[in-house]
Amino acid sequence: MYGKGLRALSISTVAVMTAALALVFFYAPLEAEQGFLQKIFYVHVPLAIVALGGFVAGGIMAIQHLRTRDPRWDMRSYVAIHMGLIFGLGALITGSIWAKGSWGHWWVWDEPTLVSFLIVFLLYATYQPLRFAIEDPERQARYASVFAVTAGAFVPLNFIAVRMSTAYVHPRVLGGTSNLPGPMALTFAVSLIAIALLYVTLYKYELTAKHARAQLRALRRRLLGEDAAARPVRRGRSAAPASLHPAAMMTARARAEDGI
Amino acid sequence: MAGVLADVPALPLHEAGKYVAGAYVVLFALVLIYVAIMAIRLSRIERELGELLELAERSDRGAAGVEREPREAEPARAGSTTA
Repeated sequence: MYGKGLRALSISTVAVMTAALALVFFYAPLEAEQGFLQKIFYVHVPLAIVALGGFVAGGIMAIQHLRTRDPRWDMRSYVAIHMGLIFGLGALITGSIWAKGSWGHWWVWDEPTLVSFLIVFLLYATYQPLRFAIEDPERQARYASVFAVTAGAFVPLNFIAVRMSTAYVHPRVLGGTSNLPGPMALTFAVSLIAIALLYVTLYKYELTAKHARAQLRALRRRLLGEDAAARPVRRGRSAAPASLHPAAMMTARARAEDGI
Repeated sequence: MAGVLADVPALPLHEAGKYVAGAYVVLFALVLIYVAIMAIRLSRIERELGELLELAERSDRGAAGVEREPREAEPARAGSTTA
């Protein structure tokens, strides 16, 4: 179900990423002030944009979950946020490396862009512990969706903070590419597409893996009965979406059969 | 343009190179770690699938055994009566 088109998507991701790397190192000119160090821009900024995009997408999927009560939307929202966290971590690390090379410090606390991104990242880092803290799968999904919607609305504040900040010269990307020479703008666009494709590919891989696991549990339940199906849950509380819990899947299936 | 940029003083490659390499290595490390985690998950799914397949085969054999049992029991009963 989720694995459809995954092969073509993976191949195009690899192709676009290779093209992006070739453009970064063999086509894009060296920046006047930072020289070779500026090449980090082509990985750091797309990672940050895609991570924030993933958080917003997670919020939109959470709205869908709250509207429809379909556990699949909760699973999609969970995976979107999960992937956003991984990409956000990448943005933070690459940004720190760039800051060290450019400013001589790993982190600058009076830079609004960095601090606001860290706040958003830490906010989303509490998403999984929140899920883990709630045992009832349905309540877990509902609370997580409310969190995702609220935090998703907070993300644009990050962009506004970047626009309003004037303390340091932090690269402006969206809406301010006029100062970016053509080859650099092209390289940046391809890099952004490559990272976005990577996000979508990993998102689909994660969804496919989770779906396969859920199907396996359903199969185990069918072959061994209820006791065996409950076995994975006995390990303790799970931060996995409600739709992956055997109990929730049974409820969802019963609802579907009853036409609810 | 390239000539102008070449004349502009920039961070030397040997100094900036390690930071650039570090940033790109981070990206590839993240992807690599993710792929490794996916590989572990896949092997777990494969193992569980194998277990379930074995279970299904065993239950099939069990069901076939139950069906065969009365027929197999008949000669035994016949033997006992002749004894």
